[in-house]
Amino acid sequence: MIEAKNVYFTYPNDVEALKGVSLTIKNGEFVAIMGENGAGKTTLVKHFNGLLKPTTGTVHIDGVNTTKVSVATLARNVGFVFQNPDHQLFSETVEEEIAFALKNFGFKEKIIKRRLTWALNLLDLTKYRKTSPFMLSGGERKRVALASVLAWNPKILMLDEPTIGQDYRQKEKLLQFILQMKAQRKTVIIVTHDVEFVAECSPRILLMRKGRIVADGEARKVLTNPEILTQASIVPPQITQIFLQLSDFQLPKEVIDVYKAREKLLNLLEAKAK
Amino acid sequence: MSIIKTENLTYTYPSGTKPSIRDVSIKIEKGEFVLITGPSGCGKTTLCRCFNGLIPHFYQGELKGEITVAGLRISEQPIYEMAKNVGLVFQNPENQLFALSVEKDVAFGLENLGVPREEMRKRVDWALNLTGIYDIRERAPHELSGGQQQRVAIASVLAMQPEIIVLDEPTSFLDPLGAKKIFEVIYDLNRKLRITVVLVEHRLDLTARYANHIIVMDDGKIALDGDPRKILGSEEARLIGVGIPKPTRLYQILQKDRVSLSNTIPLSSDEMAAMLREALKNQ
Ligand SMILES: Nc1ncnc2c1ncn2[C@@H]1O[C@H](COP(=O)(O)OP(=O)(O)OP(=O)(O)O)[C@@H](O)[C@H]1O
Ligand SMILES: Nc1ncnc2c1ncn2[C@@H]1O[C@H](COP(=O)(O)OP(=O)(O)OP(=O)(O)O)[C@@H](O)[C@H]1O
Ligand SMILES: [Mg+2]
Ligand SMILES: [Mg+2]
Repeated sequence: MIEAKNVYFTYPNDVEALKGVSLTIKNGEFVAIMGENGAGKTTLVKHFNGLLKPTTGTVHIDGVNTTKVSVATLARNVGFVFQNPDHQLFSETVEEEIAFALKNFGFKEKIIKRRLTWALNLLDLTKYRKTSPFMLSGGERKRVALASVLAWNPKILMLDEPTIGQDYRQKEKLLQFILQMKAQRKTVIIVTHDVEFVAECSPRILLMRKGRIVADGEARKVLTNPEILTQASIVPPQITQIFLQLSDFQLPKEVIDVYKAREKLLNLLEAKAK
Repeated sequence: MSIIKTENLTYTYPSGTKPSIRDVSIKIEKGEFVLITGPSGCGKTTLCRCFNGLIPHFYQGELKGEITVAGLRISEQPIYEMAKNVGLVFQNPENQLFALSVEKDVAFGLENLGVPREEMRKRVDWALNLTGIYDIRERAPHELSGGQQQRVAIASVLAMQPEIIVLDEPTSFLDPLGAKKIFEVIYDLNRKLRITVVLVEHRLDLTARYANHIIVMDDGKIALDGDPRKILGSEEARLIGVGIPKPTRLYQILQKDRVSLSNTIPLSSDEMAAMLREALKNQ
């Protein structure tokens, strides 16, 4: 469980990036943090793995105050994928990059092999095993960063902008993986600007603006509320935009996905035909 | 004459075992708004690097075939000459920022061009305002959030007002409303000043509506090239893994359900909503 109480954070240059954030994320929850550029999303999630400590206020992970333990201890349970993969990658080959944490955490050789193969496969990187991460495309590098964390199967996963550089198929696989994690009661927190991706995975959404949380609720509610979205510099999913424009017909407002949209439209057309 | 023209362009990175782009022949006309998309690793960024001469001058490796940009043969022009004509916003904005302040970063290119002080001030402020970073102009670029850095990179290119603007996945770091505002500005420059825009994107939700030309790449090659409505409505694009905009998907699904809709494939929510309104009224 993650518990933040009245967290304020000021960077050395006097920018106050968090201004009183309080929240609770339970084990097994899937949360998406969204909001305008500079709102404090990355700053907030860096508090969850102890990379940053609150200037005032507290953060507890599974009951442990993050100021009382080392980042290394926290890291065993909290996997963090940076917004910019280049801040994370350092090994000479993709294989070494992914195996690094596994070795560090003392996994047995056999398990390392198995997890490595699994992660390479999940993220479509098998053909790049022996390649340097720095010789890869932007999206491929992001997938190496993802693989290196997913491989050791942490209890809490934090992914800062996981869909950067990913095509539709990769996103689909990522979504399936996240749902699998959820089924195993693992906590997944993503930070993202990708509204359409969020509409497809339907998590709990936290909206941020200027260092504060301005909305907290299920995707279907938050993503169909244009006033609140505008505050956080977000536009509704495209399907929702269509339904908002057709509000003078007998159609529901809270629609975020194509299949629900089809069903509601067909119902209305049928009713009218009668 | 096409503003960008390539013929059988094939390029292999120095450490590459096979070409990252192969036999690429495309034509981009002045004033077009071109969207380049395709699976991760298919060669989009590599192609962009050819447009401003980073390939072959910086990356070296082996470049075969022909490429001319703004009437210049890339292989004969140094990068700083190309920079006057082609502004490239990198996929990773951080790699592009180096000055001590946001403002200095945005002014850098203009200084190099020898633009007079007065004019420079005007253009820098204009670009800072358009991208919503005027208030943080005195901050150091490495002390910014990802999206703020992306905005600085875009402002630096806009300030130069080059003939061709190339943006490599700009929406990955931008918040959606911010992205929309910036695209509106770029679209405006595209129409009023006939600046050619080349946009690389996976996410077509925010961008498909602006494009009048789409190029889909797959495994280093050009897979589809032409009219956005035709291409995004095609089965091939979906099979390659292009993220078809949701309004276009809804249109395709309803057509299979035999709902009678107009024949123009919609690319945006506005277009799809208008079409549904017609259909619902006519019932
Ligand atoms: N510096 C490099 N050295 C060697 N190979 C590279 C280099 N950069 C990219 N590649 C390879 O070239 C191919 C094309 O990469 P490119 O970056 O052009 O893809 P992309 O379409 O932009 O992908 P993405 O959507 O993930 O950014 C990939 O297979 C990649 O691994
Ligand atoms: N290393 C740093 N030093 C000083 N200030 C910083 C640093 N990193 C971020 N900031 C500032 O803190 C605020 C919050 O930044 P943060 O990176 O948390 O935003 P974000 O919500 O993740 O934005 P984005 O969507 O652009 O990634 C911004 O005003 C930013 O300029
Ligand atoms: Mg961030
Ligand atoms: Mg790329």
